[in-house]
Amino acid sequence: MGDGTPGARPGGSPVVPAIRTEALVRRFGERVVLDRLDVAVDPGQTLVVFGPNGAGKSTLLRVLATLLRPHRGHVEILGEALPDRAWAVRGRIGLLTHDPLLYGDLSARDNLRFHARLHSVEQERIDVLLDAVGLLRRADDPVHTFSRGMLQRVAVCRAVLHDPEVLLLDEPWANLDPAAIALVEPLVGRSSGRTRIVTSHDPAGGLLEGDVALGLKAGRAALLRPSAEVTAAEIGELYAA
Amino acid sequence: MYGTRLGPLSLVTVVALVGAFGLAAFYAPMDADQGFSQKIIYVHVPLAIVTLCGFVFGAIMAMKHLRTRDPRYDLKSYTAIHMSLVFGTGALITGMIWAKASWGVWWEWREATLVSFLIVFLLYCTYQPLRFSIEDPERQARYASVFALTAGAFVPVNFIAVRLADAYIHPRVLTTSGSGLTPEMNVAFFGAIIAMGLLFATFWKLEMTNKHTRFQVRALKRKLGGDDVTIGGGRSAAPRYIEGPDGR
Amino acid sequence: MSPPAPRTTPTGTAILALLRKELLLERKVPQLVPAMALFSVITFVVFHFGLQRRSVDGEIAAGVLSVTLLFAAMLGANRLFVADKDEGGFDAVLLAPVDRTALFVAKAVSFLVFLVALEIVMVPAFALFLLGPGLTLEMVGQIALLLLLADIGIAVIGTLVGALGIQTRARDLLVPLIALPLLVPVIIGLARGLAPILVDGGAGDLAGRWLAILALYDLVFGLLAYAVFDFLLDD
Repeated sequence: MGDGTPGARPGGSPVVPAIRTEALVRRFGERVVLDRLDVAVDPGQTLVVFGPNGAGKSTLLRVLATLLRPHRGHVEILGEALPDRAWAVRGRIGLLTHDPLLYGDLSARDNLRFHARLHSVEQERIDVLLDAVGLLRRADDPVHTFSRGMLQRVAVCRAVLHDPEVLLLDEPWANLDPAAIALVEPLVGRSSGRTRIVTSHDPAGGLLEGDVALGLKAGRAALLRPSAEVTAAEIGELYAA
Repeated sequence: MYGTRLGPLSLVTVVALVGAFGLAAFYAPMDADQGFSQKIIYVHVPLAIVTLCGFVFGAIMAMKHLRTRDPRYDLKSYTAIHMSLVFGTGALITGMIWAKASWGVWWEWREATLVSFLIVFLLYCTYQPLRFSIEDPERQARYASVFALTAGAFVPVNFIAVRLADAYIHPRVLTTSGSGLTPEMNVAFFGAIIAMGLLFATFWKLEMTNKHTRFQVRALKRKLGGDDVTIGGGRSAAPRYIEGPDGR
Repeated sequence: MSPPAPRTTPTGTAILALLRKELLLERKVPQLVPAMALFSVITFVVFHFGLQRRSVDGEIAAGVLSVTLLFAAMLGANRLFVADKDEGGFDAVLLAPVDRTALFVAKAVSFLVFLVALEIVMVPAFALFLLGPGLTLEMVGQIALLLLLADIGIAVIGTLVGALGIQTRARDLLVPLIALPLLVPVIIGLARGLAPILVDGGAGDLAGRWLAILALYDLVFGLLAYAVFDFLLDD
């Protein structure tokens, strides 16, 4: 993808975005959390989202993950409109948040077995993934004995268990040391080749990671440009009061 | 938008109330057994009937809210249940007065209607605490609607169960049919029911107008103040966001 | 290339997966069943001192057993969704391509299983400590039938109200306050049905009307809860 501009292709037909929102509104009571947001992400692209706490980053991810309904506006994932077709596209989306979504008293394997059954995934894939993140040896230990970094690695396995085309990642590299990041990168990083939306608090690293940068402030897109054209200083301004 | 016709409605209600109680006091004859104290049924039974109708109406509004996610239905449901609790308290108190006057006891377990009414009343008393304890306003409305719908379905089931449990056939004086009310009594009786229903409707409209106006004021304040102004914070059991999908 | 067919997991598979998870969790770290069982035994002791009787029969026995079951179930209902709320179990189901009512069915069935496990301890304990008349096989059969029907109703309401309460801050208070009035018909059916059975000289007749009340209740609220549960999860 040349200039990373969504929808543009040199000399070709317009690309259908993998993720698209139009005037998306999501409220919390009377307070507006996402304010008429327009976003588009092409297949295989990465959108990196910056913004201070409370700007709506997690809410945006949860709406796109079909966990929250849009209150107004139009949302489309892989060509399916939300919320009506959410049931159809849910199995093709993977979400990674701060909460690993694992039961502490169960082992990593039991947890992943549970998720695999819910997603109709073959059980063999569990061991493959656990091995890929280097946790096969501890697969049968209860997850509450794991360190934060190990939990994150199991959570990554959970997020990609069903081989989703779209990945929604809320600060995925937090809690991971460089060795762990190297293990996890092929699954959820740029080299995975999947369409991704990643939230980040790291201006320099985040800009490198994404094709397009979205800066959220008070639920609005303060900034939406190819990341190559955005400087870290501009990202810093989002956090200014 | 809810305040239209509130004036005329109030007027009609006052007339109906005065008329109904006039009928009850002077037109309807005294009951042979119980004397003047029997006349309390012209207050007690209409209160009870309107209360139960209010709960059922609240359940219907709740179902509509769940179907359409239009917050205005939640407001209607909340207000109806709120009003019914007030009227229900009145029904219970007048019921106890009536029981004392005619049977000499403040409470009678063998009176199935009174007992099942108490159970339903106790259930609905948890409605507001439930709402208040959920902070997310949209979730609060949705959970309240689930509750209202369940409780509404519970009313008839409970009534049947309590009646079946009643081993003794107690003279059911608290029904209109076949209870030995003379035609004049019936007239006063139905008049009282209609008047009480109008009273309920008036209060219902009044409270909805109140809430809607407050909501509009807050919205205006928000528009004037900009994004970061916090209006009327704190938690509330009542619906606060009441704009429909069409913006009204 | 036509879009891939939506890959969804059949509801039956989802229910089984959820049920397995519930039972596995309870087996690994038993929380609900031991607590409810212990509570019921302690409650019998309290009843002994409260009623000032060494043994009970007939209506009092039916009352003690029914009330104890109900209050123990309230303890269980409070804890039904705690693990899910704290450890992200709701999101796990919401993210999966499954029908969300599978969660309701799985939870209600697992609660039913836990209640039956509770009664396996509770009824013998009751016979040991408080019940005057000895238990015959026929009595046990009748008691089991009544308890099963009652348990279904308790499981349905407990799951529904437990889910309502889990999002609130005052869940320990609200769940019993909402569930107990809703369960009055169950108490009526159970207590009235048990009373003629728990008497000396063998079992009395198991009146059909109490089974009918319980069955009707189970049907109505089972269907209602099934229809309505989805709205609790859909944000």
